[in-house]
Amino acid sequence: MRTPLSFLRDHAGLEPSTTVAQVQQALVRVGLEEEAVHGGDVTGPVVVGEVLQVQAEPQKNGKTINWCQVRVAPGDGDDAVRGIVCGAHNFVAGDQVVVALPGSVLPGGFAISARKTYGHVSDGMICSARELGLGDDHEGIIVLSTLGLTGLEPGTDAIDLLGLDEVTVEVNVTPDRGYCFSLRGIAREYALSTGAPFSDPVDPAVVPAPQPDGAGHEVRIEDDAPVRGRLGCDRYVARTVRGVDTSARTPLWMQRVLQQCGMRPISLAVDVTNYVMLATGQPLHAFDLATLRGPVVVRRARQGERLTTLDGVVRELHPEDLLITDEDVDGSSRVLAIAGVMGGADSEVSATTTELLVESAHFDPVTVARSARRHKLATEASRRFERGVDTDLADRAAELAVRLLTEYGGGDGSTGVTDVDRREPRKPVTMRSDLPRRLAGVDYTDEQVDAALAAVGCDVTRGEGVVEVLPPSWRPDLVEGADLVEEVARVNGYDQIPVVLPKAPAGRGLTRSQRLRRSAARALADAGLVQVVTYPFMAPERHDELGLPADDARRTALRLANPLSAEQPLLRTSLLATLVDTARRNLSRGARDLALFEIGLVYRPTGEQTVPPELPPAVRPSDEQLAALQATVPPQPRHAAVLLSGHREQPGWWGPGRAVEWSDAVAAAEQLASALGVQLQVTADDHAPWHPGRCARMTVRGGELDGTLVGHAGELHPRVVTALELPPRTCAAEVDLDVLIAAAPDVVLAEAVSTHPVALRDVALVVDVAVPAAEVETALRVGGGPLVEEVRLFDEYRGDQLAEGKRSLAYHLVLRAPDRTLTGDEAEAVRDAAVAEAAARTGAALRAS
Amino acid sequence: MSAPNSSYDPVEVEALSEDAVAAALADALEAIDAAGDLDTLKAARLQHAGDRSALALANREIGALPPAARADAGKRVGQARGQVGRALAQRQEQLEAERDARVLVEEGVDVTLPVLRRPLGARHPLELLVERIEDLFVGMGWEVAEGPEVEAEWFNFDGLNFDPDHPARQMQDTFFLEPARARLVLRTHTSPVQVRSLLERGVPTYVICPGTTFRTDELDATHTPVFRQVEGLAVDDHLSMAHLKGTLEHFAEQMFGALPTRWRPSYFPFTEPSAEMDLQCFTCHGEAGACRTCGGTGWIEWGGCGMVAPNVLRSCGVDPDRYSGFAFGMGIERTLMLRNGVGDMHDMVEGDVRFSTHYGMEI
Repeated sequence: MRTPLSFLRDHAGLEPSTTVAQVQQALVRVGLEEEAVHGGDVTGPVVVGEVLQVQAEPQKNGKTINWCQVRVAPGDGDDAVRGIVCGAHNFVAGDQVVVALPGSVLPGGFAISARKTYGHVSDGMICSARELGLGDDHEGIIVLSTLGLTGLEPGTDAIDLLGLDEVTVEVNVTPDRGYCFSLRGIAREYALSTGAPFSDPVDPAVVPAPQPDGAGHEVRIEDDAPVRGRLGCDRYVARTVRGVDTSARTPLWMQRVLQQCGMRPISLAVDVTNYVMLATGQPLHAFDLATLRGPVVVRRARQGERLTTLDGVVRELHPEDLLITDEDVDGSSRVLAIAGVMGGADSEVSATTTELLVESAHFDPVTVARSARRHKLATEASRRFERGVDTDLADRAAELAVRLLTEYGGGDGSTGVTDVDRREPRKPVTMRSDLPRRLAGVDYTDEQVDAALAAVGCDVTRGEGVVEVLPPSWRPDLVEGADLVEEVARVNGYDQIPVVLPKAPAGRGLTRSQRLRRSAARALADAGLVQVVTYPFMAPERHDELGLPADDARRTALRLANPLSAEQPLLRTSLLATLVDTARRNLSRGARDLALFEIGLVYRPTGEQTVPPELPPAVRPSDEQLAALQATVPPQPRHAAVLLSGHREQPGWWGPGRAVEWSDAVAAAEQLASALGVQLQVTADDHAPWHPGRCARMTVRGGELDGTLVGHAGELHPRVVTALELPPRTCAAEVDLDVLIAAAPDVVLAEAVSTHPVALRDVALVVDVAVPAAEVETALRVGGGPLVEEVRLFDEYRGDQLAEGKRSLAYHLVLRAPDRTLTGDEAEAVRDAAVAEAAARTGAALRAS
Repeated sequence: MSAPNSSYDPVEVEALSEDAVAAALADALEAIDAAGDLDTLKAARLQHAGDRSALALANREIGALPPAARADAGKRVGQARGQVGRALAQRQEQLEAERDARVLVEEGVDVTLPVLRRPLGARHPLELLVERIEDLFVGMGWEVAEGPEVEAEWFNFDGLNFDPDHPARQMQDTFFLEPARARLVLRTHTSPVQVRSLLERGVPTYVICPGTTFRTDELDATHTPVFRQVEGLAVDDHLSMAHLKGTLEHFAEQMFGALPTRWRPSYFPFTEPSAEMDLQCFTCHGEAGACRTCGGTGWIEWGGCGMVAPNVLRSCGVDPDRYSGFAFGMGIERTLMLRNGVGDMHDMVEGDVRFSTHYGMEI
């Protein structure tokens, strides 16, 4: 909301010596955050000029410029008449205009100097409204007579004349403070903050509302379908003004206020309704009375009704829309406006309107909010109604409008007063007397509490241990004790609240899951991977690029109703789906060796979406309701993904380096699992988006979750790499961190460390190449039994010395007993048993030496 | 070897004569001294201290002397051999030391060569900052709570006292999910975890909830549609705004050091009274003017907070007449921007490895 400081001077005791910063400070103290400062950035000489002569000079570029002689000072001095080049054509000799002389500075730091242009020295500039910061109008220059200013002495200071030095402060109004969308509201808050007296521009003593006189236009409120049980319109004041002069002009001061508040002057009738709205917060609407066919009826829309609104759009109306209609003698009804949102073209005031019906009504915030949202029409009126307009203002605001209309436009508004009043009395709020002290933590006295509440306009009555408070008509947001406490706290100042660090009960520290997630991230970073975070939005085509089969569960994705980009409406079902974009971005920025990881949620809807129960507000749902509610929220497991390409080990003085390969991705997953104390079982798999021959499937090994899928790792499928424009041989891993965390041991039990010597035995086994190494290793461990401390593959051989389709796997067996030194015979026996098991399980044969 | 000699006559055994022994000794010492390396010394040892050396051979002749002369000759030869032995040991030690020194010099390397064969990894600074904040609050006895990112509207709005028709609900710039009847959203703040925590834990509750949140803002220098917040919630039988202030002032000081703060009234449906906490601008130190960091106000908004609204307590089954609590929500990106001087939101969300790598494992 923009507020000219002049309004605060007139209504809230702002002293001329007060700085803008002080005004902002005062407003922010009561909750109106500073947003911007407008105006006040014009410096002179900017003067009234009288055009003496206009000489049109066509130019080669097709334009015609005017070479003007302008009197900018009285008398015969050399500088009294200046030659100025002007491109505008909306003026003639004899007009008075605004001239910025050399040395002046216009808004935006635009310094004016004499300059050569179009073959003349232009000794100043004739200004448009926009150039002076008086609004957006740049159609032509300002002709002062159109502002109602005539017969001025050339050289008169135009800064003072037009209020160009007027400063406007803009503050941010929170959505509970509807009344602060008015100068009256801001002035009231300013006075509240500074203690200065506030004078209400619609004080009943200054603007007393006339009583309905029976001569007014007939108005009926016929709301047969209140929304959420609330009457759509509980007050409708209508005033008739007849005989308005169509040529009447809006006074300059009012135009200035409109401009300063960011609105555009249009015509007297429109400007007055806008001005009253800005000044008081009461939206008004002016109908051309001559176009009305009968009584005004406020009712809900009927199926199929339409309205062409002022913006020229045909609106299909909804039965919840509240309408202003008129009723013809034959009983037929015509839609004039969507109540509190926007009027229709039919009844719009025009240049020929002489008889007006001024509507000043109170509409229900919910009804207006829904209509505004439904028709995507956020107007000045709807913005105010949905935040709540003073319920006791309609008649006085209408009176103010009628006064202004008749004062500046002539005519008569003294009769023709309609006031349909269906308001419920305002409800008092009962507050426990200790609540302000209890919630704010300040030892307010009862007097301080009462004074603060009175200052914001409440009527306060003290009872036994309670305070009964009747909030003012402009504060519909004050509905319970806590609301009143905020008023007490802000009136006394938030800076009065002491600083006390609370003592929480002894906590349990991070949960196991939280701790393990940190370990996981650290393990991956320790493995030389860089953590990134990505947006979870993805395109449906990504599923195809990743080569997911048609029936893959990962194709079932959640879809946004209002995505930022229409191309990316889905939420990722895997981290790799979005991590690849980050990889590409890094590559495009010159990275060559990538080792990325991300830890984050993926969204895995089950495909069967349930609907949540209807729950009443401010009541704890039952456990059953909560369970039903929770069931609507789709599973969102936390994953970790790794993406590698380029070199895993850099080339350097030590040698050529090592390119990333499938095993690096598996190793990263192993490191991660190992950091969490989980052992993985690796088997071969064919799983998109991985290379079918280079894809490791990882499951939990041992424990209660033995066999549970953890994820996959390996080299990406060449087709995927091509489709996603990744470097060849890019490798990746993606694991379900939640599974790993669930599989992690709660307590790692100690294992005794044997101090007896080891016995080492090596075996080389020949197996079919199709036999996975992991199976051979498992067989050796199982066969060797508890004396096997470690089985380590140290060589793999394929070649001439072996039959076709065979490979040799050479293992170190590290054997040790907990309680004794193994004899040679014992060690041999363990080795033989291990080999026998491997033979039985995998067909392994000891390689002849 | 000469035959036993019963009478004293050393001359009879030439090799044991004083001259001969002295000459052998001199030869030996000269050879030892002349040995320039360990191999030469080894040869000299063989020649002058070995079984076939002059002194060894002379020693064997002692038996040939008459008994009266044996002690004398034995002493002479013994001393000479001792002297040779010591010279050998000394020379050996000297040569070994020289060799060792030479080897160490030869083995020297250029220790300034680059040594990292594998580039170092790094954590994302936003994640590190979250951990730091968690540790701060855990240290005060608070716990860390969590909730889903795709959230039921009831938790994101209704349970937080957002009336379905109030403009505050529209101002959240919410991402909605299909189908509409499922009433799911991407959470617009971490506040739904307030409701979840309170329903789950009851009173007293002291939790923070860091997490990812979503609003339909286009990415620019100061906005991102996906961002992080840390929500705080404390509900107990004695809490007031003074405790809220105490907690946030402490939090701010731990993040930014001692710095002027500003508390101003604000509005959130889920808190009443509500406040906004501002930090004095780091760039202009409150001098405002044309400062671009704070937009000329001298203050930078850090986050919103307030006393938990009675309707929120009611939605969680907590009696607002007996209990009270406070809640706050601070932006992690904003905190990182302010604390570590990140100039542009793009850097934080685009996943450029250089951004994370710069921080390494600590912020």
